[in-house]
Amino acid sequence: MNRLSLLPGGRSLATLGAVILGSIALTLVGCKKEVSGGAGAAPGSEPIRVGEYASLHGSEATFGQSSHNGTVIAVEEINAAGGVLGRKIELITDDNQSKSGESATIVKKFISRDKVVAVLGEVASGRSLEAAPICQTNHIPMVSPSSTNPDVTATGDYIFRVCFTDPFQGRLLAEFARKSLKATKVALLTDVASAYSAGLAKYFREPFEKNGGQVVIEQKYTGKDKDFRAQLTAIKAANVSAIVVPGYYTEVGLIVAQARQLGINVPIFGGDGWEAPELIEIAGAQNLENTFYSTHFSPEVKNPLIEKFVAAYKTKFGQVPDAMAALGYDSAVVLFDAIQRAGSTEGPKIRDALAATKDYPCLTGKTTLDAERNATKSAVIITVKDGKFKYLETVEP
Amino acid sequence: MPGWLNRSQLVLAAALLAAGVAQFLSNRLDSYVLSVAMGVGINIILASSLNLINGFTGQFSLGHAGFMAVGAYTAAVLTGKLAPQLQPIFGGHVELLFPFALIVGGLVAAVAGGLVGAPSLRLKGDYLAIVTLGFGEIIKVIFQNVEYVGGAKGLNAIPDYSNLFWVFGTTAITVYTVWALMNSTYGRGFLAVADDEIAAEAMGLNTTRYKMVAFVVGAFFAGIAGGLFAHLNNSINPSGFDFNKSIEIVVMVILGGMGRHTGVILAAILLTVLTELLRQFGDYRMVIYSLLLILLMLTRPQGLLIWPIRKSASRRTT
Repeated sequence: MNRLSLLPGGRSLATLGAVILGSIALTLVGCKKEVSGGAGAAPGSEPIRVGEYASLHGSEATFGQSSHNGTVIAVEEINAAGGVLGRKIELITDDNQSKSGESATIVKKFISRDKVVAVLGEVASGRSLEAAPICQTNHIPMVSPSSTNPDVTATGDYIFRVCFTDPFQGRLLAEFARKSLKATKVALLTDVASAYSAGLAKYFREPFEKNGGQVVIEQKYTGKDKDFRAQLTAIKAANVSAIVVPGYYTEVGLIVAQARQLGINVPIFGGDGWEAPELIEIAGAQNLENTFYSTHFSPEVKNPLIEKFVAAYKTKFGQVPDAMAALGYDSAVVLFDAIQRAGSTEGPKIRDALAATKDYPCLTGKTTLDAERNATKSAVIITVKDGKFKYLETVEP
Repeated sequence: MPGWLNRSQLVLAAALLAAGVAQFLSNRLDSYVLSVAMGVGINIILASSLNLINGFTGQFSLGHAGFMAVGAYTAAVLTGKLAPQLQPIFGGHVELLFPFALIVGGLVAAVAGGLVGAPSLRLKGDYLAIVTLGFGEIIKVIFQNVEYVGGAKGLNAIPDYSNLFWVFGTTAITVYTVWALMNSTYGRGFLAVADDEIAAEAMGLNTTRYKMVAFVVGAFFAGIAGGLFAHLNNSINPSGFDFNKSIEIVVMVILGGMGRHTGVILAAILLTVLTELLRQFGDYRMVIYSLLLILLMLTRPQGLLIWPIRKSASRRTT
């Protein structure tokens, strides 16, 4: 605070100089490595560059890392099989730390610096919406693995996704609530800070009420909240037959645990934001009895493609892959298939090939990209039994 | 030198001209470099304006991202949703819509600054920090819940009006304004408030009014920076203006040296460029960034750029 304080001596100045010089030297070393890697390759055989922006740290890191791991497996597989168009795929990954404002810069860097031919990302719709306009104006195709908000692909004709959308998932949850749970009166508990949650809640409500269901109470919370007892007490008083929580596992876990503590034993269900092994740790195994969620993929489904992927994933990362990993893989293979069919790395040609994707065998079901560049595919319903995720049923579109 | 311009005004004019020339030559740069350069400019505006509050006037505000959000949303709504209604007012001059939106964004942020400041600037030190922290969170939550501005999804498809001229022109004006203000008689009042509030009051200064002016001017420029940010990124999201963003700006001010013009500008440049340069380290990026911050804080707790002052001071004593 003392504005007129003088320097104690010249020593700290020298240290500062050393720090700055050191950091510059470090970054230069890093730059050089990149340049030599690119220049050493023979012309015509240099790798095809694909950019991936991902939430590797921060609030959505669990999803981001799973998705990234899946993409890495897809890249390794395709390179082991000789690459695309006779060229290897080089995946350039950048972390946006789950922060908004970063993805736009990263994608600009991908396009102008790294000269990527296509972009993969992101799990969170909010950040995909940031990057999509830049890809669109630069005519670089972007494939989102798991952004389910409908606005993402509405940005333009270069933006695709390999997952189902929130309207589909909402409709499916509404059907599940009416048919399988036989629920007529439900409560909604929505995360207002999340585009995903607010969207899914809306798309659940419409078909549910059309089919004779009734949302008797809607309560709200904000992501990173820890205490939901006020909302849950209100819900308990409303005497509902099920609770819909279209949120992310971090809050869902706490909500389920606190609901059971308050003696609310009705079924609780939600969407693919629940998908994470941490859910069981946060909520506690017995609290999760009688809960359900819809998602893209289950490793338990019998299918040679899935078995191969699960084995490869287990060897490399020591875990069972979740839906985000499968979608990360799918986004990459759909893109590689399109580049192969396009026979070119030009944006417009890849876009046309992507748009023509039909019944491509993905981990998350046969994928067809429709006129709105969304995937039409099946979904699975998962429940929790004895602290383990159990596959319940597959729902076709 | 023309008689009606003093030296600092000449520097401002030169800076504005340089911003224009830079814009003229900007098509030679790739879009990544451009966006990082504009990010630097926006951070200089944010850091310099916060320096007026936290550095020179000695108040501790943690709500700068909140004012930035107000400006960003106001400007984005004006150039987006309200553009069809506003364009007839400007006749054929659509290009005037952007500076208009920026200034209105700044003014709305300044009003917000006034509303927060009026009750809370009577408080001192930590209390003000808590109030501004609360304000920043409230602003974020309000934008999250208002469907008109996109709620949690944020506002998207904002036109990309920000360019080197607007960003660095505004940067030059901000730095000049803060500099000129601090070198005026009125500016001595800010310093007096920072040094010893009781003594300043005893000298007959209305300390609350001085703090209020610093706060409102700071909020105004934060709002303008927000508008530039929105039209640079083409997309804004309430979660981008959270507590962490405020802290980022505070770090720039503290690292640059509270109440130093050049040091704070240097810190804003250094921290913005550093985060980009460190991208290549992948997972270790934030670790290296934090380590560098700790090292800098240990070696230069007084701020980045202080040696010219030491020289002149020692010359005076000898």
